[in-house]
Amino acid sequence: MKSLQELNAIRDKMKNASQNRQQGSDDTIRVVVGMATCGIAAGARPVLNAFVEEVAKRNLSNVVVSQTGCIGMCKFEPIVEVFVPNKEKVTYIKVTPEKVARIVTEHIVNQKPVTEYIKIN
Amino acid sequence: MKELSLNILDIASNSITANATKIEITVIYVFSQNLLSIEITDNGCGMNEETVKKVTDPFVTSRKTRSVGLGIPFFKESAESSGGKFSITSKVGEGTKVKATYEIDNIDRMPLGDLAETICVLLGAKKDIRYVLTYRVDEREFVLDTDEVRNILGEVDISNTEVLAFLKDYINQGINITNGGSKNL
Repeated sequence: MKSLQELNAIRDKMKNASQNRQQGSDDTIRVVVGMATCGIAAGARPVLNAFVEEVAKRNLSNVVVSQTGCIGMCKFEPIVEVFVPNKEKVTYIKVTPEKVARIVTEHIVNQKPVTEYIKIN
Repeated sequence: MKELSLNILDIASNSITANATKIEITVIYVFSQNLLSIEITDNGCGMNEETVKKVTDPFVTSRKTRSVGLGIPFFKESAESSGGKFSITSKVGEGTKVKATYEIDNIDRMPLGDLAETICVLLGAKKDIRYVLTYRVDEREFVLDTDEVRNILGEVDISNTEVLAFLKDYINQGINITNGGSKNL
């Protein structure tokens, strides 16, 4: 049985962690998920959630997962954009939660975009 | 949309765009009346009468109000296709209230789906919005007020992934208990 009081422990743990994170914010990688009506209807919510969970699982403190509105290509939703500093933006289309682990491993960790998820069939 | 929770996420996103600082999400099942009602109330910028009339029409939309498009028509359709009603009321400077009702046992009524994930996505969308989630099934009730969570967290951000993971489990637990043991009604 969970109670809100358990947040006390999480708070204390996070306070220490956030102090370590202050340095080197220029290398932040941004993952942006389109969350307008088109994205939501196409299944963006579980995709966003999968990114958040995968990034947390791997403890990637230089990665920020955020949301945006309509990216403008509704028929390719869910769309995910990955911004790596000093590199060109990569846009993934028709992303599913199953594809997320590979994008995180190959692109965000190993810096090699997953080209087969970029192609428009 | 496959779940009513996705509609809730979409409609509440409009509230965020409207600069709301408080968003109330209320889900109530009354089995004796075969009635499910979902209400999203915000204290955002609101809309004038003319705009309120327009927003339920999917073909009337302006680029300026990007949040107005298919979101509200989808939500309206979900209610009206399952024996329910839809209403939207708004006042400039005061906020907006969107309400949809459903016949619980209607075959076209979508499942509520993952309400906890919807709340967590909303918490990650924009900082400093207070959410009050009320989930009621007959006389059992679960309430989550994010002010209560923030009071405990102090300076730690509520959109922190570990906090969100906890809140997701906490909300799911609350819903399960309120449902009397079943996961999704």
